[in-house]
Order: sequence, then structure tokens, then C-alpha cells
Amino acid sequence: MIDFLNSIIVLLNFIIIPGISYGSQLALGALGVTFVYAILRFANFAHGEIMSFGAMITILFTWFFQSQNIGLGILPTALLALPIGIIATIILCIISDKFVFQYYRYQKSVPVVLAMVSIGVMFVINAIIRIIIGTETIKFSDGQKFIMKAKQFKVMTGLNEGLALKSSQVITILITILLLAFTFWFLQKTKTGKSMRAFSDNEDLALLSGINPDRVVFTTWIIVGVLACVAGTLYGLDKSYKPIIYLNLVLPIFASAIVGGIGSPFGAVVGGYVIAFSEIMVTYAYKKFFVYLLPSSIEPTGLVQLLSTDYKFAVSFSILVIVLLIRPSGIFKGRVL
Amino acid sequence: MMKFERYEWVAITIMISLFIFVGFIQGWSVSLVILNMCIISAIMTMGVNISWGYAGVINFGVMGFLAMGGLAAVLVSYPPIAESWQAGGRGLGISFALLFVLVIAVMYINKTVIQKRNRYILNSLIIFFGILIIRYFYLNATHNIEDVNPAIAGFLGGLGLPIIFSWIVGGLFAAGVAFVIGKVALGLRSDYLAIVTLGISEIVVSVLKHEEWLSRGVKNVIGLKRPVPYEIDLQNADWFINLVTYLNSSKLNNIIDVSDRQQVLNNLIIDGSGIFVKLSYAILFLIVMLIIFYFANKAQLSPWGRMMRAIRDNETAANAMGKDVVKQHLIIFVIGAAIVGVAGAMLVTLDGLFTPSGYRPLRFTFIIWIMVIVGGSGNNLGAIFGGFVIWFSWIEAAPLTTFIINQLTIGLEPTNALKLHLLDSVPYFRYLFMGLILLLILRYRPKGIIPEKVRHS
Repeated sequence: MIDFLNSIIVLLNFIIIPGISYGSQLALGALGVTFVYAILRFANFAHGEIMSFGAMITILFTWFFQSQNIGLGILPTALLALPIGIIATIILCIISDKFVFQYYRYQKSVPVVLAMVSIGVMFVINAIIRIIIGTETIKFSDGQKFIMKAKQFKVMTGLNEGLALKSSQVITILITILLLAFTFWFLQKTKTGKSMRAFSDNEDLALLSGINPDRVVFTTWIIVGVLACVAGTLYGLDKSYKPIIYLNLVLPIFASAIVGGIGSPFGAVVGGYVIAFSEIMVTYAYKKFFVYLLPSSIEPTGLVQLLSTDYKFAVSFSILVIVLLIRPSGIFKGRVL
Repeated sequence: MMKFERYEWVAITIMISLFIFVGFIQGWSVSLVILNMCIISAIMTMGVNISWGYAGVINFGVMGFLAMGGLAAVLVSYPPIAESWQAGGRGLGISFALLFVLVIAVMYINKTVIQKRNRYILNSLIIFFGILIIRYFYLNATHNIEDVNPAIAGFLGGLGLPIIFSWIVGGLFAAGVAFVIGKVALGLRSDYLAIVTLGISEIVVSVLKHEEWLSRGVKNVIGLKRPVPYEIDLQNADWFINLVTYLNSSKLNNIIDVSDRQQVLNNLIIDGSGIFVKLSYAILFLIVMLIIFYFANKAQLSPWGRMMRAIRDNETAANAMGKDVVKQHLIIFVIGAAIVGVAGAMLVTLDGLFTPSGYRPLRFTFIIWIMVIVGGSGNNLGAIFGGFVIWFSWIEAAPLTTFIINQLTIGLEPTNALKLHLLDSVPYFRYLFMGLILLLILRYRPKGIIPEKVRHS
């Protein structure tokens, strides 16, 4: 029985908790990509950089607050700076729309051209971030690091395995739940949300019904800004902030959005967790788990690892390719908000 | 042979004069280094341009195909390592034979089992257990190979042939990968295809990074043999010394003192050998570029090229006229990728080393796409022009930015924090330039600087 509990703790500690927090970050990112795709109808390659930008502003204000000795006690100061980051990210999104994307929207350009344009925007934001904050790795989480340390847990329960719970993970999960609940409430219950869904479903019909497209687009960018900034900051808080990571993060985010069914917000969230869990589960070495679970005579000798951790990244793409082959519209049929 | 319009001559003149200008300002060595990379970039751009400009097939996997070309350069030119083959050759052979059997089995199942559910179950079962068995042999073998002399070897090595062959092999490697990707992914909508090819290219690079038995992974392969002479050999070769003396005879004759003259001559020889090596690279690359340019133009003007344009402009209509759109898309995707692969092998040849971790999408996929868009998709001369101009500005952005920052902050103290910070971040301004160039071109000249010619033939 103890062995069984131990094995469960191993899974919790190394797969489930990291999976949920990484999945939440991906889900928030994928939700942003899906919003752009559903309303503005293009694949936004700049999304990773927008996330990075939000995180950067948050970091700058975190430093400012820290220098002024303003803090939240056991909570990271970044939470205090987050609203400012969100506002800055929204402004960035709206500026990029006004000066860049709007023109092509009025021209009714094909999606590929808009994707190319978003690559241009990606380069520009990328350069701005690097010019402002450099390329170093930055750790900006402060306050209490662990809610529960592995050792405490061992003493508390008397089990062999420890269960560590980082505060950044709990914050990630809580904020994600709040934000997702708000987003879905907004889409389902408010008038603006309903008009967005209508616009996404059938643009011409929505225009005929008197929905103002500019207003819909404006609201979309606000939501995208909020989601991107929160996702970027949470990722930086949980791991560490490094500008180059966000470019690599774009691909798993796209994979999540497409796997879930691009254009479907619920699908994006599910896709985020699917991608995160498969990345972690495929590359985790299950030796410890089996050592507890199986009698010692048939204990595994190797690491019992499907793929080495080097291929973490390839996993998300293999899943994307498989899903596109078997069910091109994603798990939840996409294209409608 | 094709005829150039006047503005095309202007473009060519601009390209050539840029290098002469840099030659006089920053020295001929710098100019030739930039020129070599420009030619390689132009070849990559032509490769992308063939699939995107001719047929509208998007290829965001440039980085992966370049890496395959680089792998070819290693596998062709590196001398074989006998101990590694002894240690793990058999195990690898067995695992690849088993993989082949597995593929055949899956294909057989797909043919014979009709019911969809059964097919999925059978397939996943056989793949799962097949991979378990293959892994056993494979991991043993690779482990043995990587243990052979890990400091200098630790991989299988290559064939030990002259590296110039790898340019063709690189094309074939890239074409092979492109065939598989095309089979899987073509037929997706263009923006999906962009994401999928981008992702698969990342997979290719991560395989090269981590399969050390094949490519030595992040430990890099260095010291690949050159197709051109080495500087040190040139400096000791009589004919080269005579050549340098002859070229600089007027300058040397002015110096009366013998030891002074020898000193000057030695410096000239050292400089000259560097320039000679770079020039020979440039000539080799230029030949390849002109060959590809010639055939690309021929193909574009041929009935096949016309069909490709028809498919690009109206897929449905072309399909209705009896053209096999899926097949043609696959063909052009493979051809484009092959040209990119050739460029990848040339890139590794020029550097003399293979660093899998150096392949990053920003540098090797998106920049190439900016070259295509800026140059003008659908026009080969435009592709070359885009490759030259963008690579040139990518390199020259740093000195230019330093100059601009110094001018703008001329009133500030040299120790001013803002000025120092800006000067520190000079390398990142090139991303800003690239983004702005792309955005401006897409806005004000969406067909590129040298647009595709509309032909009514």
C-alpha cells in the first residue's frame, strides 16, 4: 500500500503538477492564437513575441517595485506589476493593428500574406525586446518560493517520496482558472462576446446585423493582449525569463491551438493540456514509478523512457502531424468561436 | 538566353557596385566574405522561390533542408571511422532492417485490413511493439558508437570523398526529407502547411542535434576538407609567390631596400592567399548559382512552368483541365527543397564545420523568406537580388547602426548609460531593420523589388 502511494506521489510530483502548470501556460497562449485566428483569420507568428513583451514590461516594473521596497509579502512582486504589463501589451497589440494589420484587413488580403506580415511584426517586437532588456536569462520570482517543500511532505506523511509544490505553479493554475472562466463567461454571456462569436461564425451576416467590425477587432486585441501578457509572465515566473525561449514556445502553442481545433477556444485550452502532458509523459523516465509498483523480481533495469528529453519539443509536433492526418479539424471541430 | 529589362540591369549593377564599394571601404577580404554568403543566400532564396513563386507552395522548412545539406557535407567528406563501424555497425544494420520490415508490415496492413477501427488498432499495436524491439538493438549500437573515442570521434564518420560531391548529395538528402513531408503535409491549407513545415524542420534539427552516432550532435564536426587550397600551402607555393610578385611588381620595384621589399612581399602574400581562397570559393559558388539560375529560368518559361503558374493562380481550374495538382505540388516542393539542400551543403563547405545547434529558425527560415518577399516572388533574378540585398544589409546593419547611434548621441558623454546600452545592443538592431524592411515591402511593393513578369505566351 505504501509502495502504491509512493508511486502515485512520484507521478504527481514529476508529471501531473508540472504538466498542469505548463499546460495552463500553453492553454493561455493557444487561446490567444485562436482568438486572432477566429476573428482576424490569420496565423499570428508574432504571438510568442507579444507574450515576451508583456513579460518584459512586467519584469521592468517588478524591478522598479523591488527598488522602492513595495512588495506583496509571500507573493511574488510580479503580480503587482502584472496589470501594468497587461496594459502595455494591449497598447502594443492595438498599435500593431492600427499601423500594420488593419491595412491588410481592409484590403481583404489572403491569410498567408497576413502571416508574412505577422513575421515582420515578430522581428520588430523581437528587436525591441532585445534592445531594451538584452538576451540574458532573468529570474524575477521573489516572495516565498515553495508552498510545500519535498522534505516537509516526507516528514508530514512519512512516505519515501517528496511532493514539492512551487508557489509559481499554484499561482499559474489559479490565475489560469480565473482567466479562462472570465473569457468563457465573456464570450457566452455578454453582448460584445456574442457579437464576437457571430463575427467569427459568419462575417457577412454579422456585418448585416449591424455588428461593428472595428469594435470586434478592438475587443479581440484587448483579450489577446491580456491572455498573452499573463501567459508570458506566468511562463517566465515558473521557469525563467529568456527572450529566445518565446520564439520556441510559438510552435507548441500553435500545435496546441491546431490539435484542439483552431478557432475553438475550448479546443485551444484542451489542446494546451494535451500537448503539455504528452511532452512530459513521453519523455519522463518511469523507472522510479515501476520500482515502487512492481515486485522486485521484475523491476525494470533501464530508465523506461520512451524518448530522451532532448526530443521534448519534437513530441508536440509529431502529435500535431498525427492529428492533422487523422482528424484535420482538430479534436473539437474548429473555426467557430 | 534570356534578356534583361533595363531596371534589371540597374539591379545587377547595384549588386556589383555594393561589393566594390565595401571592397574599397572595408577591404576586399570583408567584401568577399559577404559576397560568398550572399551567393549561398541567393541559392537558398531561389529554392524557396521555386516552390512559392512558381506554384504557391509554402515552405517554412528551410532550416531543416539546410541542415540536411550540412549533414550530407559531413557524411560525404569526413573520413570513415573504422572502430565505430566495428562497434555498432551491425546493430545499426539490424535495427534499420527491422525498421524497413515494420514499414512494410504497416503498409501491408493498410492495404489488406479494410475496417478502419481494426486498422488503427493493428497499426498502433504493431508500431508499438516493433519500436520496442528496434530500440533494443538501436540503443545498444548507438551507445557503443558514441563510446568510441568520444573526445575526437564518437560517430560513424563519412565516406572520405571530396566535399564538392556533397553538394549533390545534400540536394538528394533534402529532396528525400521533402518527399516525406510533402506526402504527409501538402494538401493542408497554406498557413497550416507553414506551421507544419516549420515544426518538421525543428524535428529534423533536433534529430541532428541529439543523434550523436550520425552527426556528432552538439559536439559539432570540425575540420572538414576544403575544395579549394589552404592559405598555408599557397604561401609556400612558388607559382603563387610569383603571381603576387608579378601583380604588385610596380609597387615592389619602388622599394629599394631588399629586406623591406621582402617584408612587403610577405605581407602581400599573406593577404593575397586569404583573398585567393575566398575568391576561389566565390567562383565555385557563382558557377553553381548560374547553373541553377539558368535551369530555373528555363523551367519557368517551359510549358511545365506555365502549368505551375496556372496551378498557382487557380487550382480548381487547373484541376479541371486535367492537371494533377497534388502530384505537381509534391514535385515542386521536392525540387525547391533540393536546391535549399545544395545551399546547405555549400554553407557547411564554406565554414568547414557542422554545428547542428547553430540552426535557428529566425536566422535560417525567416530571413530567407524575407529575401524571397523583398526580392520578388516568381522572379529568379529577384530572388538573387533579394538574397544579396538582405544578406548585405544583415551584415552591414551593425556598422551602420553604430554610426547612427554615435551621430544621434553625439551630445552625450561617452560614459552615458543610455549611449552605452544602445551601443551594447547594436547586434539586435538588425532584427529591427529586417522587420521594417519586410513590413515596408509588403505594404508598398507587395510584389517585391523585381516583380514577376506577366507573360502572355
